[in-house]
Parts: sequence; structure tokens; C-alpha cells
Amino acid sequence: MSLRDNPLGELKVPLTWTAGIVFLVVLIAAVAILLSDRRESFETDAYGRTRTMSDKALEPVGDALSAPGRWTGAGVDAVRGYFFAVSENRRLKAELKEMRQWRDVAIALKDDNERYRAILGLQTDPPIPMVAARIVTDSRGPFANTRLANAGREKGVKVGHPVMSENGLVGRVIGVTDGASRVLTLTDVASRTPVMIDRTNARAILTGDGGPNPRLEYLRGQEPVRDGDRVLTSGDGGMFPRGLPVGRAVKGLDGRWRVVLASDRAPVDYVRILLFEDFTVLANRAELDQPSSPPPPTPGGPALLPPPPTAAAPAAGSATPPASRAATPPAARPAPATPAPATPAPKTAAPTPKANGGAAAQTSSAVRSPATTPAPKTAAPKTSGTATPPAVTPAPKTPAPKTPAPKTPAPKTPAPQTSAPPPSGARP
Amino acid sequence: MNGGARTLEPWRWLGVPMLQVMGATLLFALPLRVWGLALPEPIFALPVAFAWAVIRPSVLAPFGVALMGFFLDLLWGGPLGLWAVCLLIAYGVALGGRAMLAGQSRGMMWAWYGVLTALSMSAAYLFTMLDAKGMASPLSVFWQFLATVILYPFADRLIERFEDADVRFR
Repeated sequence: MSLRDNPLGELKVPLTWTAGIVFLVVLIAAVAILLSDRRESFETDAYGRTRTMSDKALEPVGDALSAPGRWTGAGVDAVRGYFFAVSENRRLKAELKEMRQWRDVAIALKDDNERYRAILGLQTDPPIPMVAARIVTDSRGPFANTRLANAGREKGVKVGHPVMSENGLVGRVIGVTDGASRVLTLTDVASRTPVMIDRTNARAILTGDGGPNPRLEYLRGQEPVRDGDRVLTSGDGGMFPRGLPVGRAVKGLDGRWRVVLASDRAPVDYVRILLFEDFTVLANRAELDQPSSPPPPTPGGPALLPPPPTAAAPAAGSATPPASRAATPPAARPAPATPAPATPAPKTAAPTPKANGGAAAQTSSAVRSPATTPAPKTAAPKTSGTATPPAVTPAPKTPAPKTPAPKTPAPKTPAPQTSAPPPSGARP
Repeated sequence: MNGGARTLEPWRWLGVPMLQVMGATLLFALPLRVWGLALPEPIFALPVAFAWAVIRPSVLAPFGVALMGFFLDLLWGGPLGLWAVCLLIAYGVALGGRAMLAGQSRGMMWAWYGVLTALSMSAAYLFTMLDAKGMASPLSVFWQFLATVILYPFADRLIERFEDADVRFR
């Protein structure tokens, strides 16, 4: 059909004006969509059906397209392994020799650690189940740094779960669908991660800016960080478990402290999604509310404490802080109002495994390392020869003293507090 | 069929480049490293949006630009609508200054393309700053700008091929 045969061929439309109007309409619609977007929200619904569907569609496409790259990499590794087998064997033997020494040190430290936990009645984090996933797409621009992983809702992945490579923390899940999860990396401009400096315990917020090295912001104290300091997740806020390796601190060219991410040491092709729930979900409130029996005697405990008096246990027991049940320092807990010694027994040092996980779930060894357990630095009370100083001990006439515990220096070992009243000198 | 007298079908100058942009963007979003270095992340849609505005005004082109922008947002996981708006800004400015751009030399067109790329990325910087309440690294923005600016030959080829291809617009 020629142009003249077309019935609309003679129709004169002011094309420039029409195109301009269409352009304005599309622009307004795009602005409205941009303003209504809530990408980094923790609400699952906020991620949106469009994103969910697109992630679901992109996952097999990215997986298929990246397969040749994976095969090529595996082939190169195989060839390299064949030709460099002797030198690698030599290197591995030397490394094994060194690791054996470290194993002995680790066994001794583990033993010490378990004893300290038993003495302090410290409850450690339970083991965290995790699922393995492969990264199928990766955006690296300055305005969005996300990755798409090929494990989703069917494996128990939820929004907010931390994601790690074999070297360190990668980010957290911001969207999940069947078979795919969207991971917001630490370098994204919207990423904020509570971290701590391992050496000084100083807290900071790791803030992404689209570059390879996110900034350390809100650092406090005098010289809280030095070049090369190890940076770990602090666990503050309950979003991440404490102690996940993040990277090392470096001074940036702009004079600000930045972090060289540990996960950048190698390509992030396989990741572990930790099925970590917020600590408020981890805690069994019903169990915590139940009164429990006094803790068992700790090894070496009686030698460190004054001899227990024979009477007036209720009044004195209420004046002392209860034994620590978690990483919270005992001095930070108020004294119980009941005259009976309501000090809960410390949990066993062995953590209770989490119920969920599924068949694909494994146990994270990274979070069970000594670096990941709650640090006893903050939880350990100061040494005190007596249970309670006389100045703050309430009168024995009142069975339920109202003096809060934080004002009293707490004894080093909380276990005997349930039956150990203040010394007789404290009484009028 | 006489190729010189036929009309230019939209899929040829709008559909095919759009699909090529999506394919190239997807390929560069794969988690590959070459000699330990990650691939750059240029905005392949910008030269196409620029070329469409220069070639001729069109009712369908803004929809194509927005579609490419939404695709980038969904693939990269950024705020939905960010690149749709930024690409439309570049497209709209190029469309408004079409009369001025016509007949310019290749170098001059490249310079105008660079200006519009900078405008588009500045808008992205601003919107990201407002959305995430944090500033993107200027160095990273510069690298992406550089990787995008060198794509002008693709826009030039598109312009050369389709600017005079429709008898109705001669």
C-alpha cells in the first residue's frame, strides 16, 4: 500500500508538539513512579510486584548467560592447577604446618573461652543456619550496587538476611522471590551497616557511596581507629549478628576513614545467605519470663567469694544484681522486686540450635568463631571483694528493696549471687 | 521494493536499538572479572536516547526511552524510575535543541552528547542524594561518565543511518 492510499496519509499532525506533549506525560509518570519507590525498606510489600517479577525473570537469564564465564574460569583453574601442582603442593604443605600450630592455639583458646563462658553464665548467639547461592547479575555503578542471587523464598531467605562470601560480609537481602534474592551490597549509596573496630571496640556506621571502599562515619573517641584495623559487624540494632568480618580500615585520599572490604579479595560468585533473625525474634520470651533454678556452682567460684552467711538470704539476694543471662552486663539490670532470689540460671555455654533451616541449611562456622561471640569486655563486671557495699545496701526490714542494681558494684562471678547475701557488716 | 521510497518502520530505528541496549546492559551486568578487574558499567541507553531525539520527533520514542530506563532500574536494582527520569531529561533537552544540533560536525555533536550525559548523570546524582540521603562517590560517577561518553560512535552510526531514511521527513 502506497503512502497516498493510506486514509490517514493526508492527516497533518503537528508531530513536534505531539511528541513534546507525549514526552511530558511520560516524564511526569516516571517522576511519580520514582517518588513512590521505597527500595531499601524492610517491608516485603515495599519491594513491589514489578521488582519481584523482574528478579524472577532475570535470574534464569543471568544464570544462563554467566555460565560460559564460569566454565571458562573453571577450565583456566584446572589448567593452572595441572601446571602449577608442584609449587602449590609445596605452598600448601608450608601452610598446613603453620595451621597445625594455630590449631593447637585454637584448642587452648577454645577451652579458655568455654571456661569463661561457664563462669560468667554467658549466653552466646545460637548457630545461624544458612543457604548457599550463586550470584547471577552484578551492578557496580555509582548509583546502585546490588547483586541477584539464585536462592529465594523456597530456601527460607527473607528480607534483611545478611549475605557473606567466603572472605567477608557482602551485604543484605532487600528483596526476595521464588528462586532469587536481591542483595544490597555494602558499597551501595543506600547501605548503612553498624560496625565496630575490633581493636578498640569503637562503633561506627559503614556508609556506602557507590565506590569500592565505603566510609566509616560517626566514629567517636580519641583515635578510635588506626590504619589496618580490622572492622567487624557490631550487631547493634539486631540487623546483623555481631562479629562478621567486614574488612580493614584505611585512610582515604579525601582524609576520611574507609574500609577495604574483605569480600573484595576474590570475585563474589558464590555467597552464603545467613538465615539470621533479629535478636528479638531469637529470644524466647516465654522462656525468659519463667523463673529458673539457681545456677550450678562454677569451677573455682567459691574460692573467689566471701563465705555465705547463714540467714537473711531473701533481702540480700534482692539487693544484688541477678546473674547475667545474656551478654548484657549484670550491673545494667534492675534488681528483682520479689524477695525471693529470682536470679535466673545462666544458660548453658553450648548454644541452642535454631529450629528452622531446612534441608539446604547449614550451620555458619563464621558466626561461631570466637570473634563473633558477644565480647565479654562489656559484660564482665568489675572485681569486688564483697557482694554489696554497706552504703547502698537497703535495710533488711524491707523484703523488696528498691535500690536499683546498677549503683552497686557487682561481683566478678554472678553465680553465687542467688544465695550470697551481703556480709554481716552491711547490716545495721 | 524500492528502499529509498519506503517509510521507516518504528521497530527498525526504535525497537532494534532498544533490544540491543538491553542485551548489552545485561551482558555487562554479569558477574565476570577480566584479569581480576570488573567490567565497566556504561549507560548504553544514553547514546540511543540522544540519537532518537536527533533523528526526528516521535510519539513512540519517549515510551522507548522510559522503557529502557525502567529496565536499567530493574536490572541494576536502583530506585525504580531513576534512569527513566534521567534518560528522559537528556532526551527532552536534545529534542528541544534539535534545530541547533542539526548540521553540526561530528566532534561538536560528540561534545553535545557529553554535555547531555553530564546533565543526565547530574540528575541521577541529585535524585540518589535525595533518595538515599547520602552522596555517591564523585570518582565512581566520573568513571561511569567516561565509559558512557566514549559510546558516542554508536549514536553517530544510528543518526547517520536513520536521519534521512524516511521519505516523509525529507
